[in-house]
Amino acid sequence: MAKGWRRFWAAFRAVTGDDAYERYVAHHQTRHPESAPLDRGAFYASELDRRWKQVSRCC
Amino acid sequence: MMSHKLVRGALWAAIAIAGAAAMGGIALNRGESINALWFVVAAVCTYLIGYRFYSGWIAARVCRLDATRATPAERLDNGRDFMPTHRSIVFGHHFAAIAGAGPLVGPTLAAQFGYLPGTLWLLVGAVLAGCVQDMLVLFCSTRRDGKSLAHLARDELGKVGASAAMVGTLFIMVILMAVLALVVVKAMAHSAWSTATVFATIPIAVLVGIYLRMLRPGRVLEATAIGVALLLLAVAAGGWVDRDPALHAWFDLDAKTLAGFVIGYGFVAAILPVWLLLAPRDYLSTFVKLGVVFLLAIAICVLQPEIRMPALTRFVDGTGPIFTGKLFPFLFIMLACGAISGFHALVASGTTPKLISRETDVRMVGYGSMALESFVAIMALIAACVLDPGVYFAINTAAGIVGADPATATATITAWGFPVDAAQMQSLAQHMGETTLYGRTGGAPSLAVGMAHIFGSAFGDGLYAIWYHFAIMFEAIFILTVLDAGTRVGRFMMQDVLGAVWEPLGRTSWNPSAWASSILVVLGWGYFLYIGVIDPNGGINILWPLFGMANQMLAAIALAVVTAIFVKSGRLRHAWVPGAPLAWLVTVTTVGAWQKITSDDPRLGFFAGARDLADKLAAGLLPPERMAVAPKLIFNQQLDGWLTLFFLLVVWVIVADMLRGCLEHLSGRRPARSTETPYVATQLT
Repeated sequence: MAKGWRRFWAAFRAVTGDDAYERYVAHHQTRHPESAPLDRGAFYASELDRRWKQVSRCC
Repeated sequence: MMSHKLVRGALWAAIAIAGAAAMGGIALNRGESINALWFVVAAVCTYLIGYRFYSGWIAARVCRLDATRATPAERLDNGRDFMPTHRSIVFGHHFAAIAGAGPLVGPTLAAQFGYLPGTLWLLVGAVLAGCVQDMLVLFCSTRRDGKSLAHLARDELGKVGASAAMVGTLFIMVILMAVLALVVVKAMAHSAWSTATVFATIPIAVLVGIYLRMLRPGRVLEATAIGVALLLLAVAAGGWVDRDPALHAWFDLDAKTLAGFVIGYGFVAAILPVWLLLAPRDYLSTFVKLGVVFLLAIAICVLQPEIRMPALTRFVDGTGPIFTGKLFPFLFIMLACGAISGFHALVASGTTPKLISRETDVRMVGYGSMALESFVAIMALIAACVLDPGVYFAINTAAGIVGADPATATATITAWGFPVDAAQMQSLAQHMGETTLYGRTGGAPSLAVGMAHIFGSAFGDGLYAIWYHFAIMFEAIFILTVLDAGTRVGRFMMQDVLGAVWEPLGRTSWNPSAWASSILVVLGWGYFLYIGVIDPNGGINILWPLFGMANQMLAAIALAVVTAIFVKSGRLRHAWVPGAPLAWLVTVTTVGAWQKITSDDPRLGFFAGARDLADKLAAGLLPPERMAVAPKLIFNQQLDGWLTLFFLLVVWVIVADMLRGCLEHLSGRRPARSTETPYVATQLT
């Protein structure tokens, strides 16, 4: 039961983008270990910039 | 092994039989009322069959998706825009991006033909055209480093086609924003409760934005939970405002004033930093949207409401009060986004292809999320059709057509064969916490009444007024998100175009250029919004067909690019997969546009409408309040006519360019040239 809930919560966080920063850091450490990852605030800002520069919402 | 296969075969046969039975029940049912659950069964079975067989065949035989091929997300991985992401997350992002107000409004308006035509085209169109378009564009872009549609058009069609596509897209966005803004304005006009609630969403979004940026960066769930709680409070608080005479007067605004607010809001939102208003509003609207879609599906299954609308109404002959035009081609234009939407091609060649971690995910993300969007449209259709047809027409028909006075309006609608009386409308309005529901065009109020009806009955005790205003708030927040985001993207596109004229204008970080192009975009949609507001026939009758045609034409542009790619990349045998929907869309939009340009019926043809009004003005037949706005309406109808002609030319230029390129290729005058990025084996496990 507890395990099922944890899995659901992890999936929910992933779909909503709540864990975007954790995923970014994990990803950064495996793929680009030579440089330091952005901090939370800077990552959030860069994500917004990326998302809203193009058509990201439809009718 | 054998028995496993048999079980699966039997399962798919059962799905096919259930779907066919439900579809047959819907199509052949006459006279007695039919349960909404049939629609859900027919829809779900159709999507399952389409997904399992057609998209499976396209994936394996047409696209030849290859799970061993590295995707752009893997090859160009920078941890930001290019990043391999699990397919269910990409699916969620893609669906949130494509699902908007279009599939809610289109089916509501198209219900004037009855429930059957809309249902059939939503299902057939999605499975054979809309889902296919989204999947193929996503596929083509994924094979080409996630390039945008404009970029693909430049590579495949040449300069003429590409510029036509770019300018066409900009115009389509302007019309889209105007019509959606009109929907919100019409929903808020003279409704203090709706207006107060919708206005309150702005400070709530700002609060959430500050939380997400300053206090707890990127904690999306915390911020959203706070925001959604505040939004629900705003819905209830709207009721208090409505009952307080002094506050009521503050928020009881006419459509013209509200249009002014929305235009000002669009401009401010487009130049403010995204973190302050746009991004937090988008988080909220996405959550509310998904929640409502989910709730609505459950409520329809629990309540199993009866469909009151007949299968077909007399308005298939083209005399409809909500919009003019025959079933063919206007059903296919008005339904718009739920069956096929050109706008999706922009997303499918934008953020999404850069996240796909395995090429085979293209099927689920592209085809699957459009099937879900079509399902949303089916639910909107159900919500419109559970209303008494008389009530549906009373809400959606403009005062300019049935008369402003309740007795006249109800008598006219009853004479059409859809009985309704003034007492029924009065009691309904009271239940919904509104002063009146007559002539609330735009689709949002009637959808909200339908949703309040479904939610109120399914989840007990009938808090109709709360549900009604919740539904209005729900539509308003994501329409406002489209306005902010659209104005912003429109500004970038405008700067792209202007930059070609004078280089500094193209710099997106140069404030004067950003401001000037934002103003241009806002004035563009603001103009059409203003005209829609002063039009006594409701404005929707003019703007929605224009939007529908533009959107379907954009889909035609996307499919033309895909067809060109198929012919040139050795997929000629399967070029009909994008080619057939392309031919259908070109036919539908050309016939529709031609009728809008040349028809002599003043309610159908733009130029005929302008002539008719000019004649009446000259003869002094108009009442004084119409006299004042007539010159503007005449000019606008002419402008709409020219705009339609322009859209038509854009599509034909692109189709001709595509055909020329394909012929050159087929005759061997131009050698085959693959624009795909070369195969690289994936390293992902």
